[in-house]
Amino acid sequence: MMASVPLEHGLILSGILFALGLTGVLIRKNIVFMLMSVEIMLNAAGLAFVTAGARWNQPDGQIMFMFILAMAAAEVSVGLALVVQLYHSFKTLNADAASIMKG
Amino acid sequence: MLNLLVLIPALPLAGFILLALRGRQFPAAANAWIGTGSIGLSALFSIMVAINFVGNPPEGNVFIQTLWTWMQFDGNPVTLSFSLDSLSLIMILVITMVGFLIHLYSTEFMRNEEGYSRFFAFMNLFVGSMLILVLAGDFLLLYIGWEGVGLCSYLLIGFWYRDKDNGKAARKAFIVTRIGDVGMLIGIFLLFLHFETFNIQSVMQAAPKTWQIGSSLAILAAFLFLLGAIGKSAQVPLQVWLPDAMAGPTPVSALIHAATMVTAGVYLIARLHVLFEIAPVIQTMIAIIGAVTLLIAACSAMVQRDIKRVLAYSTISQIGYMFLALGVGAWSAAIFHFMTHAFFKALLFLAAGVVILAQNHEHDMFNMGGLRSLLPLPFVVFVIGAASLSALPLVTAGFYSKDFILLSAWYSPSGSALLWVAGIIGAFLTSIYAFRMVFITFFGVSKIPISHRPGFFMITPLIILAFFSIFGGYIELPETHHFSSFLSPVFGIPGEQPINGEGVLEFGASLVSLSGIFLALLFYVLRPEYAGAFREVPFFASLGTFWFSGWKFDALYDRLLVRPFFLIVRKSKNDFIDAVYTGIAYLNRAIHNNLVRTQTGNLRWYAMGITVGAVVFLGILLVR
Amino acid sequence: MILAWLIIIPLAGGLAAWLFEKKNALFVRWTALGSLLLDSLLLAFGWIQPAFFTGPVNDPWMIELNVPWIPQLGINIHLAMDGLSLVLVALTLFLGIISVICSWREIHDRIGAFHLNLLWTLAGILGIFIALDLFLFYFFWELMLVPMYFLINIWGHENRMYASLKFFIFTQAGGLFMLVSILALYFINGKATGIYTFDYSLLLEVDMGPKTAFFVMSGFFLAFAVKLPAIPFHPWLPDAHTEAPTAGSVILAGLLLKTGAYGLIRFVLPIFPDAVAMIAYPAMILGVIGIIYGAILALGQKDLKRLIAYTSVSHMGFVLIGIFANNSTALSGAVMQMIAHGISTGALFVIVGLIQERIHTRSIDRMGGFWSPAPRLSTVGILFALASLGLPGFGNFVAEFMVLVGTFRVSSVITVLAASGLVLAVVYSLWIVQRVFHGEPIEPLSLTDLSAREIGMMSAMAAAILWLGLYPLPVLTIVEPVIDSIQQYSVL
Repeated sequence: MMASVPLEHGLILSGILFALGLTGVLIRKNIVFMLMSVEIMLNAAGLAFVTAGARWNQPDGQIMFMFILAMAAAEVSVGLALVVQLYHSFKTLNADAASIMKG
Repeated sequence: MLNLLVLIPALPLAGFILLALRGRQFPAAANAWIGTGSIGLSALFSIMVAINFVGNPPEGNVFIQTLWTWMQFDGNPVTLSFSLDSLSLIMILVITMVGFLIHLYSTEFMRNEEGYSRFFAFMNLFVGSMLILVLAGDFLLLYIGWEGVGLCSYLLIGFWYRDKDNGKAARKAFIVTRIGDVGMLIGIFLLFLHFETFNIQSVMQAAPKTWQIGSSLAILAAFLFLLGAIGKSAQVPLQVWLPDAMAGPTPVSALIHAATMVTAGVYLIARLHVLFEIAPVIQTMIAIIGAVTLLIAACSAMVQRDIKRVLAYSTISQIGYMFLALGVGAWSAAIFHFMTHAFFKALLFLAAGVVILAQNHEHDMFNMGGLRSLLPLPFVVFVIGAASLSALPLVTAGFYSKDFILLSAWYSPSGSALLWVAGIIGAFLTSIYAFRMVFITFFGVSKIPISHRPGFFMITPLIILAFFSIFGGYIELPETHHFSSFLSPVFGIPGEQPINGEGVLEFGASLVSLSGIFLALLFYVLRPEYAGAFREVPFFASLGTFWFSGWKFDALYDRLLVRPFFLIVRKSKNDFIDAVYTGIAYLNRAIHNNLVRTQTGNLRWYAMGITVGAVVFLGILLVR
Repeated sequence: MILAWLIIIPLAGGLAAWLFEKKNALFVRWTALGSLLLDSLLLAFGWIQPAFFTGPVNDPWMIELNVPWIPQLGINIHLAMDGLSLVLVALTLFLGIISVICSWREIHDRIGAFHLNLLWTLAGILGIFIALDLFLFYFFWELMLVPMYFLINIWGHENRMYASLKFFIFTQAGGLFMLVSILALYFINGKATGIYTFDYSLLLEVDMGPKTAFFVMSGFFLAFAVKLPAIPFHPWLPDAHTEAPTAGSVILAGLLLKTGAYGLIRFVLPIFPDAVAMIAYPAMILGVIGIIYGAILALGQKDLKRLIAYTSVSHMGFVLIGIFANNSTALSGAVMQMIAHGISTGALFVIVGLIQERIHTRSIDRMGGFWSPAPRLSTVGILFALASLGLPGFGNFVAEFMVLVGTFRVSSVITVLAASGLVLAVVYSLWIVQRVFHGEPIEPLSLTDLSAREIGMMSAMAAAILWLGLYPLPVLTIVEPVIDSIQQYSVL
């Protein structure tokens, strides 16, 4: 058994990834990039699950990652469909352009 | 035979219902026949009942006729009943007979008016309600009649409904008397609470046993009933409605003043005299109210220009005499004066009606004049009425009744010289204003041509009333006391009064009455310039204006009550409680408007919100 | 089963009226009228011939129907009628018939739907008066509310959206408080006895601490005070009455307000005697304020319908006082006032409706001098104005008199203050008479007098109010046993 990566490292990496993704969501205007950033955040969460699962020698973490993968796929397909629709309507990928739905 | 009693009020009421429902479809003559006939029949039945009552007195001198069960309180039925004793007998006789004469007169007086059937319907209802009032054996029926009378006065004062001022006068009458009525209603509650019955006789028997003389509950109850009485009888301070009530047709005024309405208060106090006897404070108050009223009203009567307003103030003043009599415990004197007053006041009003009709509906006496030769018969009867009003010694009915009151004011245990002086001054003023009216109207030169001469139906009642205004007093001479001994089952036998000095007092009263007449003669016929000289003096001029306005009571109430009330009405008409709810609604909308700004529709703004929320939430978790 | 039919007939009649809307307007009106007449016939027959009521007779109920509805939750269809219900059901049917007749010429738009809503509201009100299961009661409470909302919202006057929404929010909010209290009663009783039921007769015996009782009572009180309406929950009333079509105003004033008073008498008094004793004085003071406040506000109004609506606030103050004076005289008076006010104010609203049909306005500035062109209309107008000022001879006087006598036993101060309302009543009633019927006609108007249909309708109401005034004994005798049985719970 090779020396395992400490739990903290994995979690710090996933935290950094998550923060990066969040920053991307918040500062990018292009909706495709925002979608990509969301993917990064999801994967950061997945990484955290896997790390934790490895630490406790439980399969649950990997199972959860499967869930996240499936969900991310579904999310991307719906999201991309919306992006296409958005582009049809507004002729732009700028998310701020689609702010007419405010209450 | 006494069972016919129920027909006496029922006939006028039946007449009312018939006229109210179908009157418009009938010809005028039929209306007159129904209206007058119902009262005439009622008078006839009253006489029959009276003969029977006197000839064959019922047990205890009271006849009771039960009507029907009206309500129930805690399972106890409340039954309406009529009761007839000598007091109510005198009342129904006067009401139906004087009422009949006034109706007869009206058939001609109102002939060319719109709403002929309406007039007779209301008049019938008026007489019917008054009869219910005086025959009532319990407080509920009394109150029904009491309110009915108030309603009819409203309807009849506002008979010429097109004019807004008439409506105002009518409403004033109803509202002012209603204020008194509510007091009386609460008095009824009070008596019911303590005696568990509405029957007047039972209450009057129980009251002196339960309540000691001068106990606070007795005083309170008596005061509440007094409130009702002064409202209806137009005594100070609720007298303001009566002068304005002249807005109605003249026969209505005659009916209000002579036979119905204003005498109701006198009747009420006489009927409940037992209650007032155990509340001596209130009795003194009645006497003072009477004395004050008779002086105030007599002063106002002296300076009026409208002939009907003179008579109105004169009624207030004469009712003041009756209150004075009631206040000193001279119950039968009050009822006696009520009777003679009914005759001569009806006479005066009806004669004044003749004059007004003859002068083309002119009311101002100073625009009339010289009618002595143009209308000789109305002149004669008017003088008889005025003489009776000013208590011309020995020959008039008014003399005997007023003398009775003045003597009682002097001799009665609760009387005093001060009350007597007030009465004697009032008598002096009375004869001045009564003959001032005669001299201004009938002497001098004619100014307006005669537009209508009275026919048979207007003359006959005048002659009959003139007869009674003179001879009606002889049933109660100071020596014989037929009248008061007839009433003694109700009021008890009057104690023997000390006789010494009676002659002097009577002589003084006669002298005062004659000198008043002479003064009027001097000022308005012999030396008119004297009156002018008086008016020149600023003090007398302003006093005259003050009296003319009825001692500014109207202005006072207007400032004190009416205007503040309508100010409140105007201020609150938008319902400030509603404003509270509207405020809540606006507050919600304001919050909504502010919160909605956060909904920018900007996706990244929402994401930021989620982030901040999550950070804050995690932060709180960590800190804890 | 007769009680169920009483409700089913108007429901079915309403549906029939709606279905046949396309065919024939007259048919719709006659269907509505017919179903109500049939209902009245049923009631009258049952009244005269008690044996006709075949259901199990259970003292003190004259007739009872009790079948399970949702037995798992202890909900039954429990209907029963006693004297109080009987007179109120009779009033409902009477005013229901009047409101159908008075819509005869007024409503032309979607008449089928109109009569559907009208009859369903009436069915809800009938249900309220005979439901003895609290869940069922709440069900009828809502059934009454929703069609009424549509009556105002669709067939109302200018400002109908605002008025109907306000009406709905107020009464619905009150109703939710009541729902909470009903559920609280249900659970408290269930915990204590193990029987989870909504049945009135079982819930009567619920035992709870004074604090709990007070809060549970408050929920009921709020709902009923909004309906009554008591100050300060009245602001929905002037708007709703003013904007509703005539039939709606008649039902609102004549019946809906009475459901509040009925609820107080039927539920609040016997279930929470201690809490009632606690709030009796505040409630009576609210009543007094209502009497005076309503009368003063009535005087300030320019819209005749709004004026009459505020007089309702004033009159219902007497009901509130009578209920919380809580002795048999005052309670009988309160019931009398419910009936007398239902008829007299209903009639006044009908009269305003008749005037509005003719001159197309409700503003009293545009009225005056109606006596000469329309003496019959004016006669009934003045008659009902006099009834509303409490003149002896009309039912209102009997009612107010009894309430005041009963209250006098409890508190003389409140009686005196309430009696001052009688003076104010004269002021506003005569104000109506002066501004509308007396005076000089404002403009040359060609006012047609009442038609035969209208005379029939008005004389029926006049006869009813006079009958109540001159011979109220039958009503009082019918109601008395009910009031006695409610009094048994009183702690005073």
